[in-house]
Amino acid sequence: MDQISVSNVSKIYKTGDVDTTALDNVSFSVKKGEFVAIMGPSGSGKSTLMHILGALDTPTSGTYILDGEQVGKLSKDKLAEIRNRKIGFVFQAFNLLPRTTALKNVELPMTYAGVDKDERIKRAEELLKEVGLGDRMDHTSNQLSGGQMQRVAIARALSMNPAIILADEPTGNISSAQSDEIMHIFQNLQKQGHTIVMITHEPSVARWAERVIHIKDGKIEKEEGNGKGRKK
Amino acid sequence: MNFSELIASSFEALKLNKVRTALAGLGIVIGIGAVIALVSLGQATQQSVQNSIEGLGANLITIIPGSQATAGGVQGGFGTSETLTLDDANAIASANFPSISQVSPELSRRAQVTAGKNNTNTSIIGVTPTYPAVHNVTMDSGTFITASDVASNREVAVLGPTVVSDLFGTGVDPTGQSIRINKIPFTVIGVTVSKGGTGFGNQDDTVFIPITTAQKTVFGVNYISDISLSASSSNDMTQAENDAGYLLLRLHKISNPQSADFSMVSQSDILSTASSVTGTFTALLAGIAAISLLVGGIGIMNIMLVTVIERTREIGLRKALGAKDNTVIQQFLIESIILTIGGGVVGMILGIILSYIISTAISLPFTISLTSIALAIGVSGGIGILFGWYPAKKAADLSPIEALRYE
Ligand SMILES: Nc1ncnc2c1ncn2[C@@H]1O[C@H](COP(=O)(O)OP(=O)(O)OP(=O)(O)O)[C@@H](O)[C@H]1O
Ligand SMILES: [Mg+2]
Repeated sequence: MDQISVSNVSKIYKTGDVDTTALDNVSFSVKKGEFVAIMGPSGSGKSTLMHILGALDTPTSGTYILDGEQVGKLSKDKLAEIRNRKIGFVFQAFNLLPRTTALKNVELPMTYAGVDKDERIKRAEELLKEVGLGDRMDHTSNQLSGGQMQRVAIARALSMNPAIILADEPTGNISSAQSDEIMHIFQNLQKQGHTIVMITHEPSVARWAERVIHIKDGKIEKEEGNGKGRKK
Repeated sequence: MNFSELIASSFEALKLNKVRTALAGLGIVIGIGAVIALVSLGQATQQSVQNSIEGLGANLITIIPGSQATAGGVQGGFGTSETLTLDDANAIASANFPSISQVSPELSRRAQVTAGKNNTNTSIIGVTPTYPAVHNVTMDSGTFITASDVASNREVAVLGPTVVSDLFGTGVDPTGQSIRINKIPFTVIGVTVSKGGTGFGNQDDTVFIPITTAQKTVFGVNYISDISLSASSSNDMTQAENDAGYLLLRLHKISNPQSADFSMVSQSDILSTASSVTGTFTALLAGIAAISLLVGGIGIMNIMLVTVIERTREIGLRKALGAKDNTVIQQFLIESIILTIGGGVVGMILGIILSYIISTAISLPFTISLTSIALAIGVSGGIGILFGWYPAKKAADLSPIEALRYE
């Protein structure tokens, strides 16, 4: 069954007199439990697409159906709930809460979901250990390196154990050894039935996915299967 | 996110920018402080004026010479006419009206008083022995003017405590000493107890002498400046005014009460006039203070708006992670309410201290009304909601991705 289904989605940014077509009539779908990678040159519209998939932005035209529901028709509160419970988003720019500890950052989505404090802290500590930051939990975001911030962002995306993980270059600032660890985490999540959509520049990272979608100039250039994805 | 967590996170946000938080709060501190201090000062003034009017004497009616205000006519200046005489007062007294318990004729003027090298310009009141009963005067030492002092025009004087300290220094008992009023020597026979009056008609700064001596020896006149009456009870006030009034009209051979050559003022008239004046005064002060409170509120709104803009990315992120619009509104509202109520409490304490200092300095009674405290807290909370709402709503309306992109 298709969990994510995008049909004829376009996104046009108006800046002054100039229209920028970031997405041009994109259609594709992702099945439940699939691990998909999106590749493409800089400026091709990958992040724009991801924001739409994450219910953070709305397309200029076209429809986006998530779990059978047309996202464009949902109320603001319902969208907030989807972002909170169904989707874990790893931003390209990390977007950590400034002057706030790694632990508090990871707790944040759980705070909005009303998870009880002790449980929140326990889960956040677990996740931070899992991404290799067990010794950095009380560092504030400005006291972390780029790679560390990225790993906090990943831990935060996983905190609500969401059905779908959308990761925009999750390994962009991480060494290849660490990036393998992250990919292992993703692969385990996939085994548990989570759907994963990931943007990456690196073919070595893309190889972990079952399917790769190539985007260029806002259009889908080609889709290719990776066999069953790279197995351990 | 439950309520206590919301409050905790609001405190954290406020702590991140302490200077700004303090400055924003200061507007409310000053506003609420001004309201509390000025209102309680106004009330203290009201209280003090009321006390000194009541101190004039119980159920007091004063008959003064001069016509009542006549339509289009000119009202005679207070005490300038010469239509009242000692005979008028004696006639009222000997009529033995049940409504009137005491009659006190008085002649008051200012004069130079000297004792040795010291001198003072003070009010001289020619009185009869009934004066203390009508005006609540009690003796600190010595005796008051007696009937025989009045009958034989004796040169004896009773001094108010202010006069004593002006002429003899504080703590000195001047009884038996000699003073001169308009160069005429008098013997001091007593000192009155301080009434602590302030402002109008300070009764401590007075010299009492027999009314006959005042008329014949000191001022050389045959009229008196007023007759004070004590009504038998507060219910008898109107009856007493009528009894004395019609008797005087008959004595003065005036048939139309409209053209009477005297007027009557009762203590309650003075009290109601004075309290309406001081009430206006209090309202005026409160109005001025309210303006500063409003300015403080606008200051809070300004700071909250700046905060929203500065924290646009943060708001976007919170919404991206699942914060609902209401949660965002709540957070900003709570921040601004904490600011205003915090400022309100500090302002209240400051206002109380301030009004205590001022009222002690100018010796007014120190009063703090619970209503003004409740009002201050309520109003500051209300300001928090009122002026926090717009910035909070603005924050919540941002689309998450636009807010995240904001630079
Ligand atoms: N808010 C915006 N206003 C105007 N143009 C925008 C805006 N956001 C993105 N664009 C444009 O849309 C196009 C796609 O941007 P997008 O961020 O999706 O690229 P990307 O594929 O994620 O690139 P990268 O690999 O560098 O992250 C770019 O040309 C960009 O300039
Ligand atoms: Mg991008």
